[in-house]
Amino acid sequence: MNAYQEFKIIGSRPVRPDGFDKVTGRARYGADLNMQGQIYGHVVRSPHAHAVITSIDCSKALAMKGVLAVMTGDDLVKPGNEMLGSGEGAMALKDVVPMVMSQGKVLFHSQAVAAVAATTPALAAEAAKAIEVMYEVLPAVTDLHAALAPDAPILHDDRFPDGYPEEPTNLAEHISLTVGDPDAAFESADVVFEQTYSVPMCHQGYIEPHACVARVDAAGQVDLWCCTQGHFAVRHFTAAVAGIDLGKIKVTASEIGGGFGGKTTVYLEPLAVVLAQKAGRPVKMVMDRGDVFRATGPAPGAQTRVKLGATREGKLVAAEVDCLMDSGAYSGSPAGIPAFMATACYKLSNARSTGRSVYTNKPKIHAYRAPSIPQVTLGVELAITELAAELGIDPLEFRMMNAVEEGDANMMGAPYNRIGLRECLEVARNHEHYKSAVASGAGRGVAMGYWVNAGMQSSATINVSSDGHVSVLTGSPDIGGSRASMALMAAEVLGIPFDHIHPQVVATDSVGHTDLTGGSRTTLATGQAVIQAAEACVAELCRRAGSEWEVEPGVVAWSQGAAHYGEHTLTFEALAERAGSMGGPLTFSSSLTATSTAPGFAVHICDAEVDKETGCTTITRYTAIQDAGKAIHPDYVEGQMQGGAVQGIGWALNEEYLYNAEGVLENPGFLDYRIPVASDLPFIDTVIVEIPNPLHPFGVKGVGEVPIVPPMPAIAEAVYQSTGVRFRDLPLNPPKIVAGLAH
Amino acid sequence: MNKPLNKMAVQATINGEDTVFLCSPGQVLAEVLRDELELIGTKIGCNTGDCGACSVLVNDRLVCSCLVLAAEVEGQCVQTIEGIAEGGKLHPVQQKLLEHGGLQCGICTPGVVVAAKALLEHNPDPTEEQARYWLAGNLCRCTGYDKIIRAVLDAAKTLREEAA
Repeated sequence: MNAYQEFKIIGSRPVRPDGFDKVTGRARYGADLNMQGQIYGHVVRSPHAHAVITSIDCSKALAMKGVLAVMTGDDLVKPGNEMLGSGEGAMALKDVVPMVMSQGKVLFHSQAVAAVAATTPALAAEAAKAIEVMYEVLPAVTDLHAALAPDAPILHDDRFPDGYPEEPTNLAEHISLTVGDPDAAFESADVVFEQTYSVPMCHQGYIEPHACVARVDAAGQVDLWCCTQGHFAVRHFTAAVAGIDLGKIKVTASEIGGGFGGKTTVYLEPLAVVLAQKAGRPVKMVMDRGDVFRATGPAPGAQTRVKLGATREGKLVAAEVDCLMDSGAYSGSPAGIPAFMATACYKLSNARSTGRSVYTNKPKIHAYRAPSIPQVTLGVELAITELAAELGIDPLEFRMMNAVEEGDANMMGAPYNRIGLRECLEVARNHEHYKSAVASGAGRGVAMGYWVNAGMQSSATINVSSDGHVSVLTGSPDIGGSRASMALMAAEVLGIPFDHIHPQVVATDSVGHTDLTGGSRTTLATGQAVIQAAEACVAELCRRAGSEWEVEPGVVAWSQGAAHYGEHTLTFEALAERAGSMGGPLTFSSSLTATSTAPGFAVHICDAEVDKETGCTTITRYTAIQDAGKAIHPDYVEGQMQGGAVQGIGWALNEEYLYNAEGVLENPGFLDYRIPVASDLPFIDTVIVEIPNPLHPFGVKGVGEVPIVPPMPAIAEAVYQSTGVRFRDLPLNPPKIVAGLAH
Repeated sequence: MNKPLNKMAVQATINGEDTVFLCSPGQVLAEVLRDELELIGTKIGCNTGDCGACSVLVNDRLVCSCLVLAAEVEGQCVQTIEGIAEGGKLHPVQQKLLEHGGLQCGICTPGVVVAAKALLEHNPDPTEEQARYWLAGNLCRCTGYDKIIRAVLDAAKTLREEAA
């Protein structure tokens, strides 16, 4: 239960503690550290999308003056069936190693096949060209449907999804779930609606390319600096991929220049470590932007068939969702998400959902903000809107009639706790945006979204200095202002000024294990560890004050940054100053596996206008409404809502991986892979709804991911309303719209 | 390869200081700023002039330093993100970005600050649309630009008030 009914500082908007460094250029990101004596690594990448490597000859490169080390996939562990990590971060080692470097077979264009380290970046690049790799080229397949055709080239001859043991196919996963009796429910429905929708493969598009620098000392101790969403995960993955004892690796997370799920694995890090081991010098590696697009985890494209049944009055009685997703060259576990979560916003006693993922000759897909749910939600939400229109019911009203609330269960079975979806819909219905008339020529769409949100492991340590200032140490890389949230939570419990608190993200050897910054979990889970550590600090300070006053600690009250009993008062500063004589240094740690997680729900309203001549769509007004539980620092909650909405806008209108017939990505740069720019957009209005999470001490719910879920269906509907032409395949770029309008 | 190091000496004023640096003829300014002069606030997001993270001012002109050869700045004045604040006093663009929460990961922020400062020197009272078009060359993947644009317009107001 929430012990903190009224907050003193939570919910205020102080300047973030790391802000000064970030606006002045002092903050150090992945590529910003240089180690003494460092040399530079360069990766050799496959020019083919599907091939067997017949030989690699590094001798000419190694003979070059200034070249100090070379490596191939033979220098990495040969994976068996080991699993790395758990929960949301779980991956099979055999799916991680080949994304670092191929071992014998190439399954996508630009897959790493060898690497070299030399004294300058230019020399390393030159030496990479001198490494001779011979290939036996195989036919490549990049299209989802073509990959499932009987004559498709097979990527893996040793992998069979459950239930398909006879012949190898490119089907990576197949998960199906049924609740109730959907077939009978469809029979009884007054109206049945069925359509198919698709979303293209896209990239997380973080602005900072992957970068790291690794040093290995004479005793084999590894010191690794990199930009990552989770340096504990980097330590674990690097140890497993490079075959090094976990305990010998220390990883320091740099500042991180965006991730959105894409920096939750390793690409360069094990290579830098192996090259550093071989060369006896620190090795720095920075990925080229083109290689970020070509060889790091994109988000899967997907095709979703949705069938809905409803009564004439607008009650949803049955749903069937079948989602086919790209997996890329290795398994990326996206199939379970549509199966479990496709219809999570709706009260449904009868539903069937299926998720399938397919191997193709493209980089293995990786997490991107609410991974895999935006793709399936395009189908479900647009189908809901289309069905509402068929029934003659307002789309928001139709959602209100069928939206889940506390006590309802989704396909995963467990009933929801106190969720805020209906409150978000209520806000949307009463919002001036929704009530306003749509401008002439424009159209309006609404959609809602769900994301499960993660808990996972977090730790925090609080150290109190003798001047009463406090260090809050965590292992969660700050990707969007989380230091400010940590400081606010500590300040709330301790009752001391925000600027006396110094939150830091520290290395793997300096704080307890902490899972990655992802799953919208950092403010919830790492925040809870901070709250607990701060509470332990307060308890000890009360004990010390009680001891001083010769009373039981239980009668000592803590408020406004001081211990109180009767006439007695001891301030935080006084207790900090006298710590040495009152029991020793004040240091408190807390670690937990968070079980306080709550799902996220959002409702978005979008107005868009399509230029019928050029096919260009302009978003003219946008409102994002979301249940945050409790917004610790509202600026950064709004920021998540706005950023997620705009990523969804980009995906809806422009973003798309374009492969040629040989499996080569044709738009591997920001010029041709166009993410939204400032002039594409209006202000993104936000409404934070706060329905406290009863499981979390401050009522927090994860906020980071769900904002990317509603935009695509909301925009697709707005485009339909503007043009009168229904588009069900994204992106809605000008050529597609012009072609659609011509029909 | 293995040619003798073919470096040239370039003299320029960088953030107000007379500076001499060595560079190869083909080296771009962004790389020299970062690797030779340790001005790591200039970020490299693409190396093709598409993302704006490496924005600097050369003789008050806004450029992507990944598209400028280092040798080209001979005799020129270069201002990087490190030269925007005066001592501990932030430029209003920097201050307003902090106050509005106009950064999340912060990797685009140095480029945004440099570009916005250049905007406000050209146009002290930009409309929202003008600010959006001026900053269209600075990609931000985190914020959706909302709080960045608000911060820049607010900074413009502060600068106008200071000037009045």
